[in-house]
Amino acid sequence: MLDFINQQALFSALLALGALAICFGAVLGFAAIKYKIEGDPLVAKIDELLPQTQCGQCGYPGCRPYAEAIVNGDAINKCPPGGQTTINSLANLLAVDAPSLDEEHGEVDEIKKVAFIREDECIGCTKCIQACPVDAILGAAKHMHTVIAAECTGCDLCVEPCPVDCIDMLPLQQGIDQWKWRKPSNLIASDHLPVSETSSSAAEDAA
Amino acid sequence: MRKIWDIPGGIHPPENKRQSNATPIASVPLPEELILPLTQHIGTPALSLVAVGDHVLKGQKIAEAGGALSAALHAPSSGVVKAIEDRPSNHPSGLDAASIVIQCDGDDKWTQLTGCDNYLSLDPSELLNKIHQAGIAGLGGAGFPTAVKLQARQKIHTLIINGTECEPYITADDTLMRQHAPDIIRGSQLLAYILGATQIVIGIEDNKPEAIDTIRQAAQSAHSAIDVVDFPTKYPSGGEKQLIQILTGKEVASGNLPADMGIVVQNVGTAFAAYRAARFGEPLIQRVTTVVGESLSRQGNVQALIGTPIKHLLQAHGYQPSNNSRIIMGGPMMGFTLKCIEAPLIKTSNCVLAPSHSEMPPPSPASPCIRCGLCAEACPASLLPQQLFWYAQAENYPALTQHNLFDCIECGACSYVCPSNLPLVQYYRAAKGDIKRQQQEKEKSDLSRQRFEFRKQRLAKAEAEKEAKRLARKKAAEQAKLKLANTGDPSAENNAASNSAEATLKTHSSNEKDSRMRNLASAQQRLQNAQNKLRTAESHDETETRLSALAAAVKQAEQKLREAQAKVDASEQASDNEQQNAQQTPQQSPQQSQQQSQQRTVDSLKKRLKAAEQKLAEARTNNEASINALQLGTEKLSAKLKDAESELNHIVASAKLNEEQTLEAAPQKNAAELAIEKAQAKTGNLSAMSRGEKALAQIAALESRLQKARIKLDKAQHEQSDHVDALRNGVEKLEQKLKQAREQGS
Repeated sequence: MLDFINQQALFSALLALGALAICFGAVLGFAAIKYKIEGDPLVAKIDELLPQTQCGQCGYPGCRPYAEAIVNGDAINKCPPGGQTTINSLANLLAVDAPSLDEEHGEVDEIKKVAFIREDECIGCTKCIQACPVDAILGAAKHMHTVIAAECTGCDLCVEPCPVDCIDMLPLQQGIDQWKWRKPSNLIASDHLPVSETSSSAAEDAA
Repeated sequence: MRKIWDIPGGIHPPENKRQSNATPIASVPLPEELILPLTQHIGTPALSLVAVGDHVLKGQKIAEAGGALSAALHAPSSGVVKAIEDRPSNHPSGLDAASIVIQCDGDDKWTQLTGCDNYLSLDPSELLNKIHQAGIAGLGGAGFPTAVKLQARQKIHTLIINGTECEPYITADDTLMRQHAPDIIRGSQLLAYILGATQIVIGIEDNKPEAIDTIRQAAQSAHSAIDVVDFPTKYPSGGEKQLIQILTGKEVASGNLPADMGIVVQNVGTAFAAYRAARFGEPLIQRVTTVVGESLSRQGNVQALIGTPIKHLLQAHGYQPSNNSRIIMGGPMMGFTLKCIEAPLIKTSNCVLAPSHSEMPPPSPASPCIRCGLCAEACPASLLPQQLFWYAQAENYPALTQHNLFDCIECGACSYVCPSNLPLVQYYRAAKGDIKRQQQEKEKSDLSRQRFEFRKQRLAKAEAEKEAKRLARKKAAEQAKLKLANTGDPSAENNAASNSAEATLKTHSSNEKDSRMRNLASAQQRLQNAQNKLRTAESHDETETRLSALAAAVKQAEQKLREAQAKVDASEQASDNEQQNAQQTPQQSPQQSQQQSQQRTVDSLKKRLKAAEQKLAEARTNNEASINALQLGTEKLSAKLKDAESELNHIVASAKLNEEQTLEAAPQKNAAELAIEKAQAKTGNLSAMSRGEKALAQIAALESRLQKARIKLDKAQHEQSDHVDALRNGVEKLEQKLKQAREQGS
């Protein structure tokens, strides 16, 4: 063996490298099959950041199709329900500058809305059920329909198809449970506000 | 003597406890009404058990726990339920909350209570139930339902009773310990018995020497191994995790509960309330509260009923609104400014602070952070407040979470030491709220995603099933055809095999022909039926209108029959043409077929015209009476032929133009896609328009919708559908909307 290596140095080196290449090739080939990733992981990541209202305001029939479109080079500022927050996080993910929202696709509505069917006016035509992208409307033909408020994304798509115009988009109730502390207004020493105004904003900094 | 440890950070603010701890616990006159919010604890709201107008007795349960993490509610005095409605709440938001309002009758009459002399002989689960039924929630400030806390899944070895009361101004626990020490000791033993804890430690700050003495004496006289520990005063030693660290030297890990270390901490007030509930069956309807501040003429601790309006409490203490800067619920460090003094006292209200302007002036404006690091030294949770502040300003939530924002106990020590007067805690609270909301939104969006994907799958599955069925039907039909061909004509098989394209074409055209023949047969059948009906009607001497209607029906049937006949003729003719054409151009575009059909009409019209002319000629030679009619028919036919020819020319011309577009005809879209398209077009247009244009566009859209709705209504009325009312309603609403839009537009 040693003699062979000494005598045929070049050949034995090639042999050894070739053997190693085959071994590692086999390992890599196995790994490529065993740990194959289904689909595009970037699409899933982008889809994760989108608000999932499935409203179609971006021009694609749902959030995942839009995520796919973004991967294929579409602009990231076409999502009004997500607003600037979503655009910023998308820009972070894709390492691009965050543009402002493309108003062409609609305006940001700060108040979250939920669809409501005036039930005694519903004729049971099922048109809204077909239009709902998240199956949040319950009902059957010629029977009253109703919206499962917890599932409704407020996408607005059910309003147009209704033949008797019995669907309203109501603002979500803002109860104590939804309430949260406001960020303090950025007061600095040069902003001399009258006493009455500061006292109302100084709810908790009582120290 | 037990060894005590120190906590990191901490501050020594002015204690201000002398104003209220000099006098014993007083009482307040009964208010006119008591307001009991259904949420006075952490968790789900309680569920009301009473209706408006019900008479309730003191101590009667008026709302039961609304879930696993909830607490019951009891009437603090006898009276009538005046309302169950939204009232200003004792909450930093100042929003209204669902509350039961009791109009007191002044009798203060107790309901029947079931006490128990020897409660320690009862099963712990029974005692737990008593505490649960009594609606006890942590009286220290957080309001965590006590029964839930006592049901720890982990093995508990140590019960710590918190008598620290480190917050300035508050002396409720101090006076309670001085006056009810034996009951607190009994309550501690009771809680330890329920938990199965072997060790009881009562921790009290050394600024309450009287309370320490009385508690020590009570513990000694109870002959129990309760450890009463005093330790140096420092804010915030009274925090749950801080107290554990002081008494045991152990830190509760981030994200863990004390129960994970086998420790449970309860407030002295909670221990007292638990004892009252087990011994006397008394629910939690009152608590000791410190009412203090320079704008009050009398300061001290009171035994106040839960639900007492704060205003009533203040007025009973000589409240001077002119000398008051604001009302603070809780202490000056962790309390919040009350938005509305009509709000009630709740289970967690340990202090009402009504400072004068000089006592607590409005905070001076904040200056920029100078990174002095005093806040980091003061933080009892060893966080980096200045770093959290920068991240909170930048709304960098991942970084905030990384810097353990959620370990912040919001004690306010950092704000207190800040030389720039930055309202640090307010930033943290806002950031915490935002992060929680984001998490909720994330959960919701995950749910929506799941539902959306599921819907897509469902639709695809339904589509696939339909397709499979269609294919199966097609296959079955083909097989049947083949069988028929095999039995009928053996040579057909060879033909079919040799030229399958021809075969399918044949089956296709023969299918069409069959259906037309069927149509013809059914039309004949219908005509016969109609004629029969007419005949029977005539024989039965029916009314004239009925007869005429039947006659009309017969005529219609005749018309239909004629049409069907014409179709069969046309198809027979067409099948010849098709067979010729099919071999040349097997694939035809819709335009071509249209063109062809038009060509066919023209051809057939020519034929018919020829025949008619022949007939006319024959009639003329025979000098028949029908000459005129035939003449008219021929003229009409020639006119029709002309029309058809011009139509054909038109089609040929437009076919070229339309070819590309029609070839790319979009596949049929589902309702959602259509709606999306419409909505998109709308928003696209809207964004390009000015306000006036928008209004105009809205009016136009409403008008078109109204028109559509009216057409639908007409149709429904015509068909006497059930939806006429609903549709009419819709039309009216649309009209109203249109009117509004017009008014706004003008």
